[in-house]
Amino acid sequence: MEGAAGMTSTPESWGRLPKVTQTCRTVYSRFATLPDTGAPFLAHGLGRSYGDSCLNDQGTLLLTRPLDQWIALDTASGILECEAGVSLAEILTRVVPEGWFPPVTPGTKHVTVGGAIANDVHGKNHHVAGTFGAHVLGFELLRSDGSRAWCSRTENAARFRATIGGLGLTGLITRARIQLKSIANPVIDEEQIRMRNLEDFFRLADESDSTHEYTVAWLDTLATGDRIGTGVFMRGNHAGPDAPAKKIKGPLPVSVPVDAPSFLLNRQSIKLFNTLYARKVKGERHRGFTHYEPFFYPLDVLPGWNKLYGGRGFFQHQCVVPRDGSGGPIRDILETISRSGEASFLAVLKCFGSAPPEGLMSFPREGVTLALDFPNRGTPTRELMDELDHIVLQNGGAVYPAKDARMAPETFRKSFPALDAFQAEIDPAFSSCFYRRVTANPNQE
Amino acid sequence: MSDTVLIFGATSAMALHTARNFAAQHANLALAGRDRQRLEALAEDLKIRGAQQVEIFPGFDAEDETTILKTVEAAWKSLETIRHVLIAYGTLPDQSKAESDAAVLRSAVEVNYFSVAGLCHAVADRMLEQGSGTLSVISSVAGLRGRQSNYVYGSAKGGLNLFLQGLRNRLHPKGIRVLTLLPGFVDTPMTRDVPKGPLFISAEKAGSLIHKAMTRKKADVVYVPGFWRVIMTVIRSIPEPVFKKLKL
Ligand SMILES: Cc1cc2nc3c(=O)[nH]c(=O)nc-3n(C[C@H](O)[C@H](O)[C@H](O)COP(=O)(O)OP(=O)(O)OC[C@H]3O[C@@H](n4cnc5c(N)ncnc54)[C@H](O)[C@@H]3O)c2cc1C
Ligand SMILES: NC(=O)c1ccc[n+]([C@@H]2O[C@H](COP(=O)([O-])OP(=O)(O)OC[C@H]3O[C@@H](n4cnc5c(N)ncnc54)[C@H](OP(=O)(O)O)[C@@H]3O)[C@@H](O)[C@H]2O)c1
Repeated sequence: MEGAAGMTSTPESWGRLPKVTQTCRTVYSRFATLPDTGAPFLAHGLGRSYGDSCLNDQGTLLLTRPLDQWIALDTASGILECEAGVSLAEILTRVVPEGWFPPVTPGTKHVTVGGAIANDVHGKNHHVAGTFGAHVLGFELLRSDGSRAWCSRTENAARFRATIGGLGLTGLITRARIQLKSIANPVIDEEQIRMRNLEDFFRLADESDSTHEYTVAWLDTLATGDRIGTGVFMRGNHAGPDAPAKKIKGPLPVSVPVDAPSFLLNRQSIKLFNTLYARKVKGERHRGFTHYEPFFYPLDVLPGWNKLYGGRGFFQHQCVVPRDGSGGPIRDILETISRSGEASFLAVLKCFGSAPPEGLMSFPREGVTLALDFPNRGTPTRELMDELDHIVLQNGGAVYPAKDARMAPETFRKSFPALDAFQAEIDPAFSSCFYRRVTANPNQE
Repeated sequence: MSDTVLIFGATSAMALHTARNFAAQHANLALAGRDRQRLEALAEDLKIRGAQQVEIFPGFDAEDETTILKTVEAAWKSLETIRHVLIAYGTLPDQSKAESDAAVLRSAVEVNYFSVAGLCHAVADRMLEQGSGTLSVISSVAGLRGRQSNYVYGSAKGGLNLFLQGLRNRLHPKGIRVLTLLPGFVDTPMTRDVPKGPLFISAEKAGSLIHKAMTRKKADVVYVPGFWRVIMTVIRSIPEPVFKKLKL
């Protein structure tokens, strides 16, 4: 084997579950071939997926972070070509001073380009910009048969569409070309507005649809009855050329080094957090200029915050459901949670736009998306999420694999109607814990 | 005027991270190594990181003496004055193979000691001509005490340490600096099969420490990172009658 290697301590996913045993091989060069450690293979970027889609129990995990070279940057057109292990954080540092910005960014900048493609990630601008994949001009895919092919909308188009949102199952992305977005400066013109209920949310979302590039809402999941939907609506635009300069504070000088005791994040502490967070909005609304860092990446301020959930880890649950009048399914979900006694520390609500999915397996589609996280309290937590899945499927929605460690095979199949077409493009030597789990045939076990 | 930095074994993980630090300061870089494709890719990367100019010298093979001399000649011809030379390449042989196979033993000493020594002399000649320069060489803490698990590699690096000491002694009066770099454990392709313990640092960290040592410190011998000076002082102080019984 050439150029790829290395046993390191076993990487985890962001939700820190499940615990697995896998052989790790670092990919040091985009010209390297796949290691000889044997299938199944799976690429692993920065492990910011919450569940098991970036893990490969009993298989070989290809660590892609050292694939961090720039290949070409055209500062006139904003076209960037780089290796797949380059992170959005590195892209920001390099291109913001030149007046460019990632076309789409998730809620953390610590994701790799490969990971952003494989989950076809979305950001607060989905309603105007679609997903990350929509801005990918092409990429090189290394398959287990040794072939390397450039995939784009015109070359190997089927493989291109299968790899965007393809969960790392179609091969190793070695490099990619992306169209960046032009900005005047690093400043965001931001507005935060208090919401009292779900009607407020939908009204603000509609009102902001054509005026604001970035919209998202944070919800208090402990609110019940009429107060369901209480929270803060946040919207913003890249500021114009004469906005005042804004400094970033940078990450806190501390990180969470070890597991916090599991009881730290409980109903009471979450309640306290939600109350404090709601107070953040002075009065009914607050508008101001802010640096892009706190606007897009509030959680990146505390490195290793996922350890706050303790050694048992935590679950995320993110779904998309069609938007139905006043938001019936979302209300059902929120009511189900508040009945359950489980509490979600972070609950984020956003309307997706109507752009057709970029990849065969892209999660974002027209509707409303709700992201939640739950400390792992075992069976009750899993039962609640099963109940949420049920509501999602009844309404013709989908559950997001990047955040999942437990959805049933049926939920997966119903969430992704193009699964059959996708399967034809999978590399037979690639697989993941997630994929084996959601395609398991219960009759065979 | 920006500094010109010539790196032998530029594709090494430590070397390329060192080069990134020079690129960020808009240095001119010259990259010598075996593999043209990887050197070309590295050159593009370093330009985007801020390097003023990057030139590559492919076909440099430490086991082929003529390529060593040719590369030195070509580099000086093209760049005229070179402020920094970094010699980074090396190989970690399989110790047990080197015990039974003379070719493995010879190649380990050839690459890690003999070729470096010859290259240093060729570079020294040029630096003497230009009347200035810093010659930095990546050796290893493994060269500070012979251990059963890697004394073939260690002895080549140990010989190199002595060679550099002597060369420093010779070149110092002429205003030429010789810097011996002594990394401990660094996570690179070379150590792919070594289990990663807490003493390991990333190649990125090593690169930034090496850059700092080359550009800022006046020191002659720099441990990468610095705590290896303490570790090696302890290891070197163990009396041989005791040391020979240890399983190291
Ligand atoms: C705080 C936080 C906020 C988040 N917010 C959002 C959000 O707003 N929107 C959103 O969509 N997601 C969000 N996410 C999820 C995250 O964006 C995705 O999970 C992303 O894919 C992680 O990228 P990664 O580099 O860490 O990839 P990993 O988690 O390491 O891997 C993810 C998938 O990509 C595949 N992959 C990685 N590299 C390659 C490659 N080179 N070739 C082929 N396949 C590859 C892996 O096999 C795996 O299937 C968030 C995560 C966190 C922790
Ligand atoms: N990693 C550690 O823990 C550690 C510790 C102490 C010292 N060191 C020393 O650090 C230096 C850099 O190594 P690294 O850790 O960065 O490992 P690396 O990434 O594996 O680099 C080794 C480099 O040596 C080159 N090379 C090997 N044989 C060569 C030859 N015959 N001719 C020309 N080039 C040759 C390789 O070139 P190709 O790219 O063409 O293969 C590669 O660039 C070496 O001198 C090593 O001995 C390493």
